[in-house]
Amino acid sequence: MRVPGAWYLGLAAVLFTIGALGLLVRRNVLVMFMCVELMLNAVNLTFVTYARMLDDIGGQVLVFFVLVVAAAEVVVGLAIIVAIFRRRADATADDISLLKG
Amino acid sequence: MDWFVFVVAGLATLTGGLGVVLARNPVHSALMLVMTLFAVAVLFVAQEAHFLAAVQVIVYAGAVVVLFLFVIMLLGVDRSEDIKREPLVAQRPLAVVVSALVLLEVLLLARSRWTTGASSLAGPASGPGTNIEKLASSLFTRYLLAFEATSILLVIAVVGAVVLARRTPGGGLESRQEAAPPSEAAAP
Repeated sequence: MRVPGAWYLGLAAVLFTIGALGLLVRRNVLVMFMCVELMLNAVNLTFVTYARMLDDIGGQVLVFFVLVVAAAEVVVGLAIIVAIFRRRADATADDISLLKG
Repeated sequence: MDWFVFVVAGLATLTGGLGVVLARNPVHSALMLVMTLFAVAVLFVAQEAHFLAAVQVIVYAGAVVVLFLFVIMLLGVDRSEDIKREPLVAQRPLAVVVSALVLLEVLLLARSRWTTGASSLAGPASGPGTNIEKLASSLFTRYLLAFEATSILLVIAVVGAVVLARRTPGGGLESRQEAAPPSEAAAP
């Protein structure tokens, strides 16, 4: 028996909420970045679920593009984090609240 | 069987997600992220998105998490964070409340019907042929322009990463502006 799509959507919603909660609570920029990845994965799961429910391959194509953009985002984001950590050894999100270092 | 796969992979997804948020050590967070990504890949397979499951494992679990771990080790921030410390007053309770509201809103929206029943533009997901054939035929015909645009995006990302992470060896524009001594730059 197939699992109804609503269960997948609910699971994706909970995963998205966990990612949002982590983004709000944690202070380590790397962990915050991982929480963004969690939220992206939750949305990907929603897309794949809708692709199955609506019988449309477009959802999976969109997930493909999300994966590409997420990879590019990780590369640039981690480069920024490395550049920040090079200036100061211990950087939490509170310490880099000023644009002028 | 489908329910068994869903429940196990769903529990692994949520456990990994909570682990990412709650782990004190960033390395543990990264490993928990791997668990979540694998479980999401299993959920992709359960919904006949085989190609995306493979890409998920290769790109996310293979490349992205390794990049995360590499940066964690490079920067030497793999020490535990004092998770009890709360610099902003009432940030955590507010964060929980906001997250609960987001969850409530998403679940409420999911209950209403937003789809218009328009016919598929990209092609059906079911029917004869493998998943990767249908995905590729849609990607290389209807979404070809977007596919070409992602190549430009990737080139921009690579160039941007190189520029950001470059260490100018004295006399460069950035080093004059930053005026940071080289000893500090080499400290971490």
